[in-house]
Amino acid sequence: MISKSTRNILGLTLGLLATGGVLAAGADLGNTTKQATNWVAIAMFAIFVAITLGITKWAAAKTKSAADFYTAGGGITGFQNGLAIAGDYMSAASFLGISGLVFANGFDGLIFSIGWLVGWPVITFLMAERLRNLGKFTFADVAAYRFSQTPMRSFAATGSLVVVAFYMIAQMVGAGQLIKVLFGMEYIYAVVIVGVLMMCYVLFGGMTATTWVQIIKAIMLLTGATFMALAVLWQFNFNPEALFAKAVEVHPKHLAIMSPGALIKDPVSAISVGMALMFGTAGLPHILMRFFTVPSAKEARKSVGWATTWIGYFYILTFIIGFGAIVMLTQNPEAYYVPKMVDGVQAVGADGKLVWDGLKGGGNMAAIHLANAVGGNVFLGFISAVAFATILAVVAGLTLSGASAVSHDLYATVFKHGNADSASELRVSKMTTVCLGIVAVFLGIAFEKENVAYMVMLAFAIACSANFPVLFMSVLWKDCTTKGAVAGGIVGLVASVVLTILSASVWEAVLKNPKGSALFPYSSPALFSMTAAFLVIYLVSKMDNSKQAQLERSLYPAQKVRSETGVGSSSASGH
Amino acid sequence: MNDDIVARIEANPKYHQLVRKRSSYSTIMSILMIIAYYGYILLIAFNKEWLGTPLAPGMVTTIGIPLGVGVIIFTIAITNVYVRKANTEFDDMNAEVIREASKK
Repeated sequence: MISKSTRNILGLTLGLLATGGVLAAGADLGNTTKQATNWVAIAMFAIFVAITLGITKWAAAKTKSAADFYTAGGGITGFQNGLAIAGDYMSAASFLGISGLVFANGFDGLIFSIGWLVGWPVITFLMAERLRNLGKFTFADVAAYRFSQTPMRSFAATGSLVVVAFYMIAQMVGAGQLIKVLFGMEYIYAVVIVGVLMMCYVLFGGMTATTWVQIIKAIMLLTGATFMALAVLWQFNFNPEALFAKAVEVHPKHLAIMSPGALIKDPVSAISVGMALMFGTAGLPHILMRFFTVPSAKEARKSVGWATTWIGYFYILTFIIGFGAIVMLTQNPEAYYVPKMVDGVQAVGADGKLVWDGLKGGGNMAAIHLANAVGGNVFLGFISAVAFATILAVVAGLTLSGASAVSHDLYATVFKHGNADSASELRVSKMTTVCLGIVAVFLGIAFEKENVAYMVMLAFAIACSANFPVLFMSVLWKDCTTKGAVAGGIVGLVASVVLTILSASVWEAVLKNPKGSALFPYSSPALFSMTAAFLVIYLVSKMDNSKQAQLERSLYPAQKVRSETGVGSSSASGH
Repeated sequence: MNDDIVARIEANPKYHQLVRKRSSYSTIMSILMIIAYYGYILLIAFNKEWLGTPLAPGMVTTIGIPLGVGVIIFTIAITNVYVRKANTEFDDMNAEVIREASKK
């Protein structure tokens, strides 16, 4: 009865899976069909917009210097920042995509949830405090600390912008598709609204407004998801076994939903995707940037502790929500499913029951329909507004990190050699924000009909193959040099892009080459491209004996003192 | 003056002790996390049947589910254990190193 919806999810949202992709889904919302205009949802969303624009106005009064713009003056607490990071990271696609995957396949959704979480301990153990101690506004501050500024900054800014671009396209297309189905609004309006609102937040309110948009969204999403999970569990007296038993009974795949399915095929892909998620998180510029908004290394660690807690909790909720949808939506197919029509009447199966043809609005609607099932139309409106708010919070964070890469790394450091004043740097950030907003809307429209399923995974692959190795080696390896870091970073960047193009998810799914013709057989390039980046950084640095290299090595002990103890780190009191 | 402090910190054995202790702690934690995650992924790749075994006869909940939720809880726990330890014990050592370096 729901096999069609299963196929929709696998076919549209998780295009990668069919070709051996592993954890790539939950990242793209696929194609959806436009639904009737939902006024409750629109009203709820209007309230959210009014509140966030009010905050933006308040934030604008506080955003005077470049430091305010990039880091909210460094005055965010660890707890607030933890929520904001969670808000920056938990995308609408992970909420709807993972619960949709659980709805279709059960167990496999859990594998995704775990994958999207395991990057956080890595950031905690290896990066958070060192980032805070060495950096000021962008992760390039950290990577370029003791190195030749122009090449390192140019590379880091490129790495940031490429990651932001792919992540952004996936978000914008997802936003358009999602809003079309949730609000019954045209795709193009949805994309323009997202672009304009995100531009307002960032342009006028900088990091302060972005942070609060992310915090509010995180609270709304966690509250809404908690309510849904509790409502589901309450029906089963908080006994998960009873929930699973009922789900097994009504799901067309029955017991198969309780074991791992076809998601992980070959171990190489499994490890490679795992690496992209685990180390890619530590190379996402919009996430790394959040560590500069807190006043100290102690608060940076607290942020990541809270962020991990919230994100992990949220993924457990999505698993329950997915199972809840299996149980509750099948009980009332008239409300949530599209009837399978044959010659103008609904088909009747061999068992004498009516035949249904997948979820209304597409396979990603499981959580949305469940919201209606447990909380009626008002709660449905709330969850729809949360999904929209979620996208806004993520794109605002992306735009801010893209703008800071251009203004702080390229303009102030590369073009002005560090002699730009705060006012002109701020002006360039704002101009960049407007440009990025326009580009994002344009890309959102251009990619409407494209398959963008691979883009978030590509962003992670680039982050883990280009940004992460450079950051890691420059902070932790004393013999690293500019030449080594830049060469290795470029190799990682190029390798991850080229291998992704040669993999089935682009070569076959996007470029329409025949099935089985992809030269790169695995789901993610990370295992190879990240290894190559580390190897090149090591070899080139080892061979580099120039005066500059010797100077850079001699600067390591002082850098290490600062990264380990925080002595001399840029403090919140400075702005 | 800042250079002075840096030089004094470098010369302080307590600083090197702090760095050694904290980095070995975070290395061990990272290795534990890697074992937990890749262990789970490789189990899925190589032994789906075992993960799909019911917890007890007559139950539908399989071994893989509490194990998977366990990996999520382990991730949250290990992160917070590190944060607590770093923010108390290591930060105290850190503060002492800085204090000794600033007073001369």
